[in-house]
Amino acid sequence: MSLRTIRLILWGLVLAAAAALAVQQWTMRETAVDSFRPDFALQDGKGQTYTMADFKGRFALVFFGFTNCPDVCPTTMSEVAQVMDDLGARADQVQPLFISIDPERDRRQGLGEYVAAFHPAILGLAGDDAATRDAASSFKIHFSREDDPAAPDGYTMSHSPGLYLVGPDGEWLRQFAYETPAAEILADIEKRI
Amino acid sequence: MKAFALAFGYAMVLPTLALAECPGVTAGELTVSKAWSRVTIGTQRPAVFYVEIRNDGQTDDRLIGIETSAAGMPMLHQTVIKDGVASMPHAAAVEIPAGQTVSLAPGGYHGMLMDLTRPLVEGESFPVTLTFEQAGAVEIETRILPIRAQEAQCDAER
Repeated sequence: MSLRTIRLILWGLVLAAAAALAVQQWTMRETAVDSFRPDFALQDGKGQTYTMADFKGRFALVFFGFTNCPDVCPTTMSEVAQVMDDLGARADQVQPLFISIDPERDRRQGLGEYVAAFHPAILGLAGDDAATRDAASSFKIHFSREDDPAAPDGYTMSHSPGLYLVGPDGEWLRQFAYETPAAEILADIEKRI
Repeated sequence: MKAFALAFGYAMVLPTLALAECPGVTAGELTVSKAWSRVTIGTQRPAVFYVEIRNDGQTDDRLIGIETSAAGMPMLHQTVIKDGVASMPHAAAVEIPAGQTVSLAPGGYHGMLMDLTRPLVEGESFPVTLTFEQAGAVEIETRILPIRAQEAQCDAER
């Protein structure tokens, strides 16, 4: 075997390896996107159960919070309300959701009334503890209950404060970090509509 | 005559300045202003208290407590976002360094007003007494803004 033949064989192997790697990367990317379709089964104030399928064809702008939260939650809900106002005629293509991580107390104190005070389009959802944990892990977010004798009812909640955008086919699109200005969220959503 | 014209000019301008400024309360070298809160639905949930404190002096001071007739249990808190999780620990004190302005504002330090004695109604106001280590007690009227408010709205006062 001549050196030239060996060199050709080696180059062939390099090309084959590169092609295999490219195919693998591509498939992994596809799998990653497909595998991340957050979902839940949670109830609104009237007891009607919603899942992500109910919002098919629309974008969902999702926040996990609790209504006893005086700072982060009102600030974020105000941003969401501003986005909904600014969407104007296209507001019907976006469903803002407030998912309670403190469902028992929020249901008792009136979740629907709370979210409506920010914007009538916001849907407040609260399930039982297991359904709430499932919803959070499906969005890959964290929350926990912390005992605090000084807090109302002796506890408070810590939680991921971001907003999550889900596409019309239920696919997770992106996160907006806490304090992302309403104008920036609006611009991102308008680009996608 | 020139002096009169100047004085007259200032007199005309002053009300405009007052309109743009939030009314402040001064105690020693500290000026406390832009006190605001948000409307509440009933009294079950805690309300919030935001304010701005300017220290024009040479000495550091510290805000060590808040009191108000509007809430049975007002406390200083701080929103902390660590590893993507927001929590709200108590703040024993808020440092007000010499020559600086410190804000209790959304996403940072805030007063958490628990055990509300009455619902907070838009357009009304309530007094809050801030206690400083050096400057002592300062009382300020706190305006109740709409639930979607994000900052003090002083121009809306008149």
